[in-house]
Amino acid sequence: MKIHEYQAKNLFRRYGVPVPVGRAATSPDEALAAISEVKEESGSDVVVVKAQIHAGGRGKGGGVRVCKTTEDAQQAVKDIYGMQLVTPQTGPEGQKVQRLLVEQGLPIAHEYYVGVTLDRSSGRVTVMASAEGGVEIEEVAERSPEAIVKETINPAVGWQDYQGRRLGFALGLDGKQVRELCKFLAALTRCYEELDASLAEINPLVTTTDGRVLALDAKVNFDDNALYRQREVSDLRDISEEDPSEVEAKKYDLSYIKLDGNIGCMVNGAGLAMSTMDIIKHHGGEPANFLDVGGGASAEKVTAAFKIITSDPSVRAIFVNIFGGIMKCDTIAEGVVAAVKEVGLTVPLVVRLEGTNVELGKNILRESGLNVIAAADMADGAKRAVEQVT
Amino acid sequence: MSVLVGKDTKLIVQGMTGKTGAFHTTQALEYGTKVVAGVTPGKRGSAVEGLESIPVFDTCEQAVRETGGNATVIYVPPPFAADAIMEAASAGIKVIVTITEGIPVRDMVKAKMFLDSEYPDVVMIGPNCPGIITPDECKIGIMPGYIHKPGKVGVVSRSGTLTYEVVHQLTELGLGQSTAIGIGGDPVKGLDFVEAVKLLAEDPDTESIFLIGEIGGSSEEEAAAYIRKHVKKPVAAFIAGQTAPPGKRMGHAGAIIAGGKGAAADKISALKGAGIAVAPSPADMGKTLQSIL
Repeated sequence: MKIHEYQAKNLFRRYGVPVPVGRAATSPDEALAAISEVKEESGSDVVVVKAQIHAGGRGKGGGVRVCKTTEDAQQAVKDIYGMQLVTPQTGPEGQKVQRLLVEQGLPIAHEYYVGVTLDRSSGRVTVMASAEGGVEIEEVAERSPEAIVKETINPAVGWQDYQGRRLGFALGLDGKQVRELCKFLAALTRCYEELDASLAEINPLVTTTDGRVLALDAKVNFDDNALYRQREVSDLRDISEEDPSEVEAKKYDLSYIKLDGNIGCMVNGAGLAMSTMDIIKHHGGEPANFLDVGGGASAEKVTAAFKIITSDPSVRAIFVNIFGGIMKCDTIAEGVVAAVKEVGLTVPLVVRLEGTNVELGKNILRESGLNVIAAADMADGAKRAVEQVT
Repeated sequence: MSVLVGKDTKLIVQGMTGKTGAFHTTQALEYGTKVVAGVTPGKRGSAVEGLESIPVFDTCEQAVRETGGNATVIYVPPPFAADAIMEAASAGIKVIVTITEGIPVRDMVKAKMFLDSEYPDVVMIGPNCPGIITPDECKIGIMPGYIHKPGKVGVVSRSGTLTYEVVHQLTELGLGQSTAIGIGGDPVKGLDFVEAVKLLAEDPDTESIFLIGEIGGSSEEEAAAYIRKHVKKPVAAFIAGQTAPPGKRMGHAGAIIAGGKGAAADKISALKGAGIAVAPSPADMGKTLQSIL
């Protein structure tokens, strides 16, 4: 799960991770009021107005503005609030800005990168840092991997200050700055651990000319599997930032991801669902979505899945690809028939069934009188689905 | 013969009294797996309908002491699953199969460290996996038994249903399986490709290996490097998610292209570079292996 920068910074404040003085606003009036509040509290003449959307690259799209005067800041609020912000991560349609963060400007000495995430090879949480702040870490990793320094957390003892010192001196900080960084990292890693985060990225982390170390930006993602024990974090979810059909799918515990093609897919199992997309592409088609109905789906869940697929206007054919294990083919067939009865079927439907109760499932489809194109196997199904849209 | 599980496996089921646990225990018994005990805290002595012959214990330690169980399968809900793994290891069980999906990463980080430091000889398969099967001998997990056939192909996979797909294709082609292992789709797991491939490579009755990977992480690349150096048996592979967009979690918690890492194309080129035959389409997995035998 993703949250906004201002929400991440609120969590940071609670854990003692230093962040600039700032106010979040959900309307232009609130944002205008925030300008003077932030100036007063921080004593800074400069403020920064930042669009709050989940996608990164906001600065590149014009969603972040440094303002030297109150008038500039007021203009920035007017310009940015409500704009359709396009960044390298939003797609061409962009994302509407409905929240702003107004922050104090800082006398920045240098920018760094700090990221905390799981290192899958070791199965441990790792802190990465680089002296190239503001640059995507992937770019640094590609160009000069030796510029990234790493420390792995031993889960038995947690983060240790010596690790903070190692990172700090490797980044070229002086003794006083290293002490500040140690406090920063101790708080950040505790926040990551206690809140079941999956990523905490500070890009940039800054040192100021008056010797402070702060998180200028903050991106925090959380482990979906742990949300059941992180009620406060779950409450930070902003569904207006998510695709509506993905939100609907989550209600039914379906794994759904919208894609750009026109062949809707319904599959059981993540690996098979991914390879169904692959085989459609292999035969010259484009999948409209990834959809895993899961292992033990009921007919109701299958019906819900089918409705989500058919509600996508770009879908021109549907490919149901099932290898029944625990999931029985007759359950799938019942769900499909029920869904079609409820919402109708305006596009061709190709069904490939294999595995547990396959004959029962095929019978249900045959006797339903639905116009189903039966596929012999996965490749046959993909070919037939592609034929329907070309 | 086979790896990890076979005729001599005596299986304990943690979470047998739950709906999922009871269902799959019935299936395992029908397949011929020797199920010797169930474990559910507070349910010692109770009976599960249809499974009355299997005694239920409060702890793994009791179950091992009284039945000699030497492998366990875990169906307990996600909040308690990491604890169940550590309990099994501390009871002396050497093969632990964790089916549970949705265990928090933080819990698995701790459980993995616990196993690595205290019980390095324990093999933990999963979590979020279909399990392991040695055809006609022992089925541990949720895979449909009837698609398998005894034979010489070792299968190792991060996926569930895609494993059924390859097993089905192999069986149709007359290629039976020695052991099929689903290592699971989570980012922090027990047995990984390299160790699984090593077991299959050293098994005298496994003559070839099929590996199913997917996007996310780098364990396919690590397996490719290991195979290039150490494995003489024919190996074929398939990587799922060639068309998956970056930054999106494709169902499995571990199936995500993040930070420029984990794309299918990189994995495929690493595998090909190690001399492994990579199936161009999931419909050709069985045929691809057959073509190099």
